[in-house]
Amino acid sequence: MRQTITEKIFSEHVGREVKAKEIVRCEIDMIIGNDITTPISIKAFRESGAKRLANPDNFAIVMDHFIPAKDIASANQAKISREFAYEHDLKYFFDEKDMGIEHALLPEKGLVVPGDVIIGADSHTCTHGALGAFATGMGSTDLAFAMITGTNWFKVPESIKVVLKGKPGAFVYGKDIILELIRKIGVDGALYKALEFTGDTIGYLDMDNRFSLCNMAIEAGAKNGIIAADETTKEFLANKNLKHEPKYHYSDEGAEYCRIVEIDVENLEPVVAFPHLPSNGKKVSEASKMDLKVDQVFIGSCTNGRLSDLAIAAKILKGKRVAKHTRLIVTPATQKILKEAEKLGYIDTLIDAGAVVSNPTCGACLGGYMGILADNERCVATTNRNFVGRMGARTAEIYLANSAVAAASAVAGKIADPREL
Amino acid sequence: MNVITGKVWKFGDNIDTDLIIAARYLTTSDPHELAKHVMEDADPEFVKKMSPGDIIVAGENFGCGSSREHAPIALKAAGVAAVVAKSFARIFYRNAFNMGLPIFELKEADKIKEGDLISIDMDRGLISDINSKEEYRFEPIPPFMQELLSCGGLMNYAKAELLKNG
Repeated sequence: MRQTITEKIFSEHVGREVKAKEIVRCEIDMIIGNDITTPISIKAFRESGAKRLANPDNFAIVMDHFIPAKDIASANQAKISREFAYEHDLKYFFDEKDMGIEHALLPEKGLVVPGDVIIGADSHTCTHGALGAFATGMGSTDLAFAMITGTNWFKVPESIKVVLKGKPGAFVYGKDIILELIRKIGVDGALYKALEFTGDTIGYLDMDNRFSLCNMAIEAGAKNGIIAADETTKEFLANKNLKHEPKYHYSDEGAEYCRIVEIDVENLEPVVAFPHLPSNGKKVSEASKMDLKVDQVFIGSCTNGRLSDLAIAAKILKGKRVAKHTRLIVTPATQKILKEAEKLGYIDTLIDAGAVVSNPTCGACLGGYMGILADNERCVATTNRNFVGRMGARTAEIYLANSAVAAASAVAGKIADPREL
Repeated sequence: MNVITGKVWKFGDNIDTDLIIAARYLTTSDPHELAKHVMEDADPEFVKKMSPGDIIVAGENFGCGSSREHAPIALKAAGVAAVVAKSFARIFYRNAFNMGLPIFELKEADKIKEGDLISIDMDRGLISDINSKEEYRFEPIPPFMQELLSCGGLMNYAKAELLKNG
């Protein structure tokens, strides 16, 4: 039987050949929870009468949403995960000492391995598919089920093959490719499906770009996003202390796809997604002509808070100033990224330009913790969702873009085209 | 008879989980606290207007966005008896089942009007609009989900396994 990479990962886990649409139950290689979603799982775990985790070393809790605690309620909420982590002597518990946004931190730590089945009580768990793993977001109760049994059930998804063609032009990144795909297929265009990214463009994308690409698969409704491993993947993994040996899977020629979507990346320009859906993409050349004044720019999140994002922003902001009426918040995704950015001089450059640099956190992206937008404010964000009220007031507007468009807009004080700077 | 009857509140397409329960309220998972803010960014008056037992009828892709289980928890705790939508986002669909919030996929959801009284007959797979006197057949619940439901939901399934395995 000719199979897609997603079917192969499940076949390997189930121990027989499986096909799309089959319901399977299989072992989970990594279960991820965070400070917001894990407390519900812990309650379900305790109520079930379970005493221990099925596989304690396959469970990671990452404290990233409201950490360091922003108020008493979030402090009390964090305490639930902390107590559980200490009680079960969790090996992979990441708190303030070693913090980062889960979807940047776990690959950095070598805890995402090609061929793995990964679930996380966070919708952006699909990010990890960039390493050739099956990774999907689930709710807290599903997480609890996996904590107790070490397994969960899946409907093996049908796959949409996304063929990316050509070398990306100046200031075009993984973010632009995924925004263009969502513009084309819509926010439910991949509902329940796997988005398999292929084509010669992949060879031009470093891991940071691939993570951004897979990160927003959920914004098209997809179950998972996935990119088969290549030399770039292997290079990324080479100096990491991997949790176990990787298993490389590749789609067979003639594997079945429910849809094929092509994107001409060579002729793509940076994309800006207008409020209030990620599918409202427009070319930056159009958006920059609309004189859209910007109150806040946010560079960060599990989509675009990585070292290359800080490098892009620093390059654009070097020797410049953030516009007078505009604020710029930069949130490195992990402590390691923050340290490296500091060493490379990016942090100095950003601060000298007028940015405020925060600790790693999901923070401003979900409007729960700092960087909250006031009524009628407009924000350019390198994040993943521009829903009503996502970053603060329900009258605020969020425009999603890559880090170059964000940095250029911070300088111009309005949505700007980085190619024109 | 397995029937839910209630008054309809209409919402559009792509009602995301930030609209159902905004992240600013996720400092707790207490159902009663969450219920106070359900659907707030979609309709700030919703909590004041609705009564327990009412039904939400919406368009495509209901529950898209975040995986927060707080969304079905908030709806259920506020007393929303069921959600009928043209389609549901994947994670929300699973979460709703796990939380015991009844949800139904109905392609003709647009034909139901706000304020209508509808009755959902789960055994017969029918939704009746008492005002328009129309009857609609909702999409059947997938067999595997039915099996989970007949075990009393996912956590009861886990408990049964724990007992079996000692």
